[in-house]
Amino acid sequence: MTGYNKKEEKAPAGVHHHESHGEEHLREQHLMLDPLPRGQMNEMVMESMHETSWKFWVVFAILSVIVAYGLFFSWGKMIAEGLGIAGVNRPSYWGIFLVNTVFWIGISHAGTFISAILRVFRAEFRRPFTRAAELMTTFGLVQAGFSIFMHMGRVWLFYWLLPYPNERMLWPNLHSPLSWDLIAITTYLLSSTMYLFLPLIPDLAMARDRSTGWRKTFYKVLALGFRGTEGEWAHLRNAMNIFAWAIIPVMFSVHTIVSWDFAAATRPGWNSSIFGPYFVIGALHSGMGAVIMVLAVVRGTMKNMKYFIRPEHFDAIGKLMLLISMGWAYFFFNDYMVQWYGGDKWTHQLLHFHEEGPMGWMWLSMLVFNIVIPWAVLWNRKWRSTPWIVFIVGLLINVGMWFERYIIIPVSLSINRMPFTWRLYHPGIEIPLGIGTLAFFILLYMAASRLIPLVPVWEVQEGQMAHELKKFGRETVVSVSELE
Amino acid sequence: MIDLKVTEIKMGEEHVGKWGMVIDQDMCTGCQACVAACAMENNITFVGEKDSGYGRSMHWIRIERFWQGEYPEIKMTPNQPMMCQQCGSATCEPVCPAFATVHSQAEQLNLQVYNRCVGTRYCANNCPYQVRSFNWRDYKRPEPLANQFNPDVTVRRRGVMEKCTFCIQRIHKAEDKAKSEGREVVDGEFTTACAQACPATAITFGRVDDPESLVSQLARRHGHGVKHLEELGTLPNVTYFKGG
Repeated sequence: MTGYNKKEEKAPAGVHHHESHGEEHLREQHLMLDPLPRGQMNEMVMESMHETSWKFWVVFAILSVIVAYGLFFSWGKMIAEGLGIAGVNRPSYWGIFLVNTVFWIGISHAGTFISAILRVFRAEFRRPFTRAAELMTTFGLVQAGFSIFMHMGRVWLFYWLLPYPNERMLWPNLHSPLSWDLIAITTYLLSSTMYLFLPLIPDLAMARDRSTGWRKTFYKVLALGFRGTEGEWAHLRNAMNIFAWAIIPVMFSVHTIVSWDFAAATRPGWNSSIFGPYFVIGALHSGMGAVIMVLAVVRGTMKNMKYFIRPEHFDAIGKLMLLISMGWAYFFFNDYMVQWYGGDKWTHQLLHFHEEGPMGWMWLSMLVFNIVIPWAVLWNRKWRSTPWIVFIVGLLINVGMWFERYIIIPVSLSINRMPFTWRLYHPGIEIPLGIGTLAFFILLYMAASRLIPLVPVWEVQEGQMAHELKKFGRETVVSVSELE
Repeated sequence: MIDLKVTEIKMGEEHVGKWGMVIDQDMCTGCQACVAACAMENNITFVGEKDSGYGRSMHWIRIERFWQGEYPEIKMTPNQPMMCQQCGSATCEPVCPAFATVHSQAEQLNLQVYNRCVGTRYCANNCPYQVRSFNWRDYKRPEPLANQFNPDVTVRRRGVMEKCTFCIQRIHKAEDKAKSEGREVVDGEFTTACAQACPATAITFGRVDDPESLVSQLARRHGHGVKHLEELGTLPNVTYFKGG
């Protein structure tokens, strides 16, 4: 594996002086070349968990109120009164609930993408933020679950969708894409939670050895008695390797199956054979945007995080975002182009409605947020290494991707083959419920940041041990040795 | 010769169901008597003006009216009563995750099992005719309609999908009566509420698999019937006539 190969930029005046300056520059830039003693680094991570400012609690309290009202009270009200207080109608039987479901599953994709794909390809820049991304997967799926259950007319009977033995021998209908969805999402939730947990074990053990009181008990239970022996590491590496490989097809299948909810239906605009990969790339698009937002916030607000998360990481994720944005544009154009060329009159009607209808502004801003802005900003190394700039780009991409799902679901449902029923959709209680899921996601993330090490310390330390600066004559060369 | 083994795709006209309807759009006056009769027969609730205006009316049958051109030079199209087409290959059926939308083998009808429905509303999305209605709330019936219920039909609560059943309670009643008298059901012995209420006899209901029944005769006599959206392969059982 090759690493960085940074040449001296100017002719050296005093060779020795300049070379040490180059090394310093490299250290400053790259976390992997800037090792700290292990004890000190462990303490830094523990500090970032323990030292909580009053601002944290203020935000926490506000979010708790939003969750209590937006999510639980509003949902209870909707269960008691029926879906009439939401905006769904004929013909838009599916509304923002499904938009949010697809959106949150999309967010959850980046976690696995960053963590598993970068891990199996051994991309070194992944090391400090794999956990931050994996947490998004699990918490995002929780919100997706909330959103899809809210959507049900009689949610108290949700267990009828599960294959449980009963005296009437009634089983779920496996012809229905919704049944496939349930299986896929449950599999993804379970496997991503296990995948989050495995690399966490050494860090939990580290935290256990540095805690007292209830935290000690908490970490002791979760660390499963991990002591760091050679045998334990071998087992753990094996398990992580298997999970990292196995979760990649699961990740692809989940969003493909979500797209089949639409693609398998007989509706103009939905019945598209490219929806599977188009949804997967869309999920990665919004998910990468969310990862970069989370990293910008973590770096800006948590203690000691400026050491772990550096501009080089924003730079690397920024490149990936640019690439994914291009991929999304490619699939979008493919989907649009083939449908338009197909010449089906209902599809034509729908495409015109997307562009010129009352929601045309949304269609246009989707293209601006998902394509124009990322391309205009992310090509520049300086801009994509600046946290607040990529935060804004990530935010806009997420808004754009939410618009995309909104256009696919309620806007496309407004047009069908029975013009007598055409009607627009106006959201009702979906809005507090949607904000509630967003607040709950942030709340869960904040709570997790106080309880579990957000940086996989062992992974960073392992990377730093593998990296070395070597001198060949005048040149400083980074060498990376294979540890695993 | 290469045998391509092309599977024959049945279109609506070749498909023979059991129960069917013939609707003569030239006869329809758009008086909405069928809509009212259907609501009374099937205990359809009243959603009120506001919800109805927002696309939440729950009528199992509706009269569609269209016009062409700009006001005042408009040309009305014939009224088009639209209800569940009781498709032979219904798109609503496979998408229900709970088997609440199933096909009756005995009657060749699409059934909606109200107490199995969990309200995912996938069937309604996937219905190309948009004839399914969802119970958005527990609606209150205005007096004295609260005292008017058909004891042969269940009432539905909030969160449940429902749709036209071709008055299956009447079908069963007639079949039971015929069975107890040891005979077959006679054509015209009973009909659906909408057909019964129609003052212009625009709606005719009966056995489409019996060539001598009135629906079959009407279908033959007009000879230019249309089945809506049959290009989707749904095999609908309602035939429409207009312009002649």
